[in-house]
Amino acid sequence: MTVRKNQASLSADEKQRFVAAVLELKRSGRYDAFVTTHNAFIMSDTDNSARTGHRSPSFLPWHRRYLLEFERALQSVDASVALPYWDWSTDRSPRASLWAPDFLGGTGRSRDGQVMDGPFAASSGNWPISVRVDARTFLRRSLGGAVRELPTRAEVDSVLAMATYDMAPWNSASDGFRNHLEGWRGVNLHNRVHVWVGGQMATGVSPNDPVFWLHHAYVDKLWAEWQRRHPDSGYLPAAGTPNVVDLDETMKPWNDVRPADLLDHRAHYTFDTD
Amino acid sequence: MPELTRRRALTAAAALATTVAVAPRAAAHDHSPEAFDEVYKGRRIQGRPAAAGGHHHGAGYAVFVDGAELHVMRNADGTWISVVSHYDPVPTPKAAARAAVDELRGARLVPFSAN
Repeated sequence: MTVRKNQASLSADEKQRFVAAVLELKRSGRYDAFVTTHNAFIMSDTDNSARTGHRSPSFLPWHRRYLLEFERALQSVDASVALPYWDWSTDRSPRASLWAPDFLGGTGRSRDGQVMDGPFAASSGNWPISVRVDARTFLRRSLGGAVRELPTRAEVDSVLAMATYDMAPWNSASDGFRNHLEGWRGVNLHNRVHVWVGGQMATGVSPNDPVFWLHHAYVDKLWAEWQRRHPDSGYLPAAGTPNVVDLDETMKPWNDVRPADLLDHRAHYTFDTD
Repeated sequence: MPELTRRRALTAAAALATTVAVAPRAAAHDHSPEAFDEVYKGRRIQGRPAAAGGHHHGAGYAVFVDGAELHVMRNADGTWISVVSHYDPVPTPKAAARAAVDELRGARLVPFSAN
């Protein structure tokens, strides 16, 4: 059974194996297919028409399935690898071990945002940015550049306290847990982290930065924590909602999985805290 | 007194008519911001209302940086984002174009249909 661990507690060997598996997916071309899929959904999910991956109730189950696909791809390279998660409410500094050269590398240089160390630096030759929205082919970051602070634990707790999963109009204007976790409304958790990292992470091609997976693995963990706090609250809407994935409707692009199939993460993996 | 009542009623009706006449114009204006065309940090940014559909995903508005289209999207609250700043809403499409120029640091946009 896959156990997803806090990135801060990984051994040197676990970090090395994770990085090697990611680089192998990149080399084989499988990695960039994930970037393409994400960008296609982020450009087409809109508040007033069909929306699946973002700004909608299925933001959480969609990313759960998307991460499962990526994790299975990693495991096809090295069966010992699981996705780690980044608790950005605790490891909230550019000096965190996450950003060390033996793991993801650090922030970008001031001139052009280029990441200069770690296994994903352009100078390694192993991490060309191929699926892109502009001409730059190197990984960029500006940790803490566009927004000063990552969310605090108190802000996370304020969102986990919201008892209703999601509410009409089921988009970026919604009240409720999902939209506050996604960040279009309120203290802003998930969106703010993308902005804090900067570079490709702030764009529609955000999976170009491997931290994307660690960020979303933690967002996914917060969904599980929310479920534990609110055992009587379930995924909404239940049925009959235009443009929105109801509990028992299948999700694109897989078309073989419903939110109902993804509510219990323990069917697929556990967390080191479970 | 009947005349006064009638006058009041007419005034009220006129006020209602004015409200009805103004409302659709306000809604139309609200639906699509005005066009813009300026040079920002040495780059030409343009925006204009566009036919909904196609690549615009209902935004009904197209933005260009040095002639290359920048994918933009309107949020339900009226704020805007673009594909190069997708998690950080700003008030207008011009603000989204300027944020894109800031983010690009001189790099040219890749046409988004290419991906």
